[in-house]
Amino acid sequence: MQQIIDRRLAGKNKSIGNRERFLRRHKEQIREAVKRAIDGRGIRDVERGEDIHIPKKDLTEPVFGHGQGGVREVVHPGNQEYVRGDKIERPKGGSGGGSGKGQASDQGESEDDFVFALSKEEFMQVFFDDLALPNLVRTQLAEMPEWKSHRAGYSNDGTPNNLHVVRSMRGALGRRIALGNAPRRELHEMEARLAEMQAALQPGDAVAEAAIKELAEEVRLLRARIERIPFLDPIDLRFRNRVKVPVPTSKAVMFCLMDVSGSMDEARKELSKRFFILLYLFLTRHYEKIELVFIRHHTQAQEVDEENFFHARETGGTVVSSALVLMEEIIKSRYNPSEWNIYGAQASDGDNWHHDSGRCRVWLSEKILPLVRYFAYVQVAEEEQNLWDEYMHLTAAHKNFAMRKAVEASQIYPVFRDLFKKEGAKAA
Amino acid sequence: MKTKPLALEHPLPLAVRPAEHLPATSDWSFELIETYHRTIRATAERFGLDTYPNQLEIITAEQMMDAYSSSGMPVNYRHWSYGKEFISTEKNYKRGHMGLAYEIVINSNPCISYLMEENTLAMQALVIAHAAYGHNSFFKGNYLFRMWTDAASIIDYLVYAKNYVAACEDKHGLETVEAFLDSCHALSNHGVDRYRRPSRKSLAQELSERIDREEHAQRQVNDLWRTLPRALHKEGAAPEAKRFPDEPQENLLYFIEKNAPLLEPWQREIVRIVRKVAQYFYPQRQTQVMNEGWATFWHHKLLNTMYDDGFLTDGVMIEWLTSHTNVVYQPPVGHRGYSGFNPYALGFAMYTDIQRICEAPTEEDRAWFPDIAGKPWLPVLDHAMRNFKDESFIGQYLSPKLMRDFRLFAISDDEKQADYEVSAIHDDAGYKRVREALSRQYDLGSREPNIQVWNVNLRGDRSLTLRHFQHNDRPLHDSGQEVMKHVARLWGFGVHLESSNAKGDVTKRFSVPAPS
Repeated sequence: MQQIIDRRLAGKNKSIGNRERFLRRHKEQIREAVKRAIDGRGIRDVERGEDIHIPKKDLTEPVFGHGQGGVREVVHPGNQEYVRGDKIERPKGGSGGGSGKGQASDQGESEDDFVFALSKEEFMQVFFDDLALPNLVRTQLAEMPEWKSHRAGYSNDGTPNNLHVVRSMRGALGRRIALGNAPRRELHEMEARLAEMQAALQPGDAVAEAAIKELAEEVRLLRARIERIPFLDPIDLRFRNRVKVPVPTSKAVMFCLMDVSGSMDEARKELSKRFFILLYLFLTRHYEKIELVFIRHHTQAQEVDEENFFHARETGGTVVSSALVLMEEIIKSRYNPSEWNIYGAQASDGDNWHHDSGRCRVWLSEKILPLVRYFAYVQVAEEEQNLWDEYMHLTAAHKNFAMRKAVEASQIYPVFRDLFKKEGAKAA
Repeated sequence: MKTKPLALEHPLPLAVRPAEHLPATSDWSFELIETYHRTIRATAERFGLDTYPNQLEIITAEQMMDAYSSSGMPVNYRHWSYGKEFISTEKNYKRGHMGLAYEIVINSNPCISYLMEENTLAMQALVIAHAAYGHNSFFKGNYLFRMWTDAASIIDYLVYAKNYVAACEDKHGLETVEAFLDSCHALSNHGVDRYRRPSRKSLAQELSERIDREEHAQRQVNDLWRTLPRALHKEGAAPEAKRFPDEPQENLLYFIEKNAPLLEPWQREIVRIVRKVAQYFYPQRQTQVMNEGWATFWHHKLLNTMYDDGFLTDGVMIEWLTSHTNVVYQPPVGHRGYSGFNPYALGFAMYTDIQRICEAPTEEDRAWFPDIAGKPWLPVLDHAMRNFKDESFIGQYLSPKLMRDFRLFAISDDEKQADYEVSAIHDDAGYKRVREALSRQYDLGSREPNIQVWNVNLRGDRSLTLRHFQHNDRPLHDSGQEVMKHVARLWGFGVHLESSNAKGDVTKRFSVPAPS
């Protein structure tokens, strides 16, 4: 009749469906929070979870209840000093002691936010949603890099194809010696004694004959015991051990070029940041080590750290070619194209000093594009100016150049379409 | 089989005293749980505890959180609010703000008790005694549970509900179903029959009747709404003369399920599901003190008896007693941890006190409880468990001694007075009043606003009017306006709520126009 059932292995994560429904319901707040988080984070630590705050009032499920007022009588335990008829001052603006519902603590009126942690996967999901990434690319970005198995020592078990014969035989030999040596020595002694006794045997000496017979029998048994030591025992077997290590092996450098002239406002910079993040995420799947180089420019270009890249304010005109020149210098001095996979990402509002755009095109096509694996340009403004026109000439001639206009996050992805297609093999 | 349930007059004697203690390792194993369970069951039988068959399930902390967040049930339909519950439970647990309950027990047949794998052996013994014998016998014995819930079919019904809601989501879209469930949940406290006994149906019946029900319901609704205004000139007078429904109805969800004009069949079925689940939990909300007190009393009694009989070691005793002491702690008012009465503490104290009154009554007890003073305690306790709910249990059995022990006092809060007034304390003049006040405090009728279906405007704009009957002039909370939006969504036309005081005057109105 009575039963004990072990349910520990059954039905974990039953609440997943409910959690998803909860997240879906609060999509807007979560998207906002993710957006804020992306803007506040460095490119390198995008892939983390995030705490999401949701105002409590958005989560309440209303029911009919009593409000303040009317007549109530509430019983409390732990009377210290009161007698009947005592007056107690009414607490200011709140329900008096205990609220009469028996248990008020967990439904208290506190206005704290409801805070919960979005997991890394969920966070990236929202981020990708925002960028309108196609599914195939999502899985490509979300999945771990491929694995390659590496040899790592030996182990006691494994599959026959990993059997290491020499090691196994060496083990067997050691075992045979260890097990067989002592009895063998004893055997030699006994054989010697037997030979001695046989030599000294007088014919007709029945006692000595019996002793010899007994010793011979012992020798026989001992020999049999030694022979029973197996040549190869399962405990001798040694197998090659293999561990899995992630595949990405080579190194890459990613150049982020951004226009920080007066016309680039915060919104445009944030858009540019998403563009850089996407390229960075792509690269992390393919390369073990990635260096980031940030080049910002107005009329002059300079290399800066990430913080200054995104947040420092500059004003003034725009000479785009200055950044390209600096990029080429940095490549020459620090990143030998034969060792490094070089990627370039440029973001600008398309505003450029008009004599300069032609130089940009020439510089790109002659100096930079031959050195880099891929160069992507995003214009974060609508109107097409001379820089756009000049760059348009490049697209036909260079397969490793891509450009796109993006005024919202979902338009960024197409600029990388070729990149993902090429590297993603079966991409849609 | 046993012939039950005739309460024993006295506990039966121990058959054989054990040669040695039960093993007292800290880690449990299935064999050990089995051994302890056997002993606990034998002990419970000596006290004549009548239970459903037991099914003990070992689960992980994570599964415990799952169960927690779907109102303790092993299956339930999906809804975001359970997700919210899960997230906050998980967060608190991970930060160490709360331990999980040691046990969850389900009023089903067989009665399922969850044992968490993290518990030590002593704690598992405590949980088995508490849940599998305490709560279980309460579920089987108490009249509210016998009358309102059907332990045999609840799990099947929830499985059905889960599948039905999932099918609706597929067909009508997640958001539509979710919004509709939100609205039903807002009224779930008003979706129970308080005075009429629900019929018991097996799942198979429930399913086979569903189709008929859908057709029948729709026909009835059509009948109701077919009455076109025959004579327009009478319109002004007619609604005054005759209300629909004839009598006010307290079960709002039932009324909506049967009469809302625009609901589709699947929506009516969902209203019904929410209503059924609310009905299932209705007895639990009315017997917190009795139920928890009963389970606590019995784990205390059973484990102590086992100790006296030589089954338990001192170590095991000390371990479960530590946890028992925490559970029955009642912080006094003004204490940092005070948040009203602890049902475990009050209930445990009351059952223990009843036993005391039976076994060693004082003069005072004889005067207050002539019926039970000096009687055998087992039948008295059994009677008290079976035939009461919190409200009447306290009204009947709270003794002056207990009021003194707890130092109870009543505070009267009258809006019209500047200050609170201490209306009664634990003295001769106050016992009765304190007891009555505490009993009322556990009356669901006064805890939750009394709201009924008052009228439907059949001839005109089809609006639904609800009426709130104020209790002691207590007004409705402002969230009522939000709830009315949900009512409007269910009803499909304009809805009004009139809040009326003792004299029958309407003091406040909430109105929501027809949803577009």
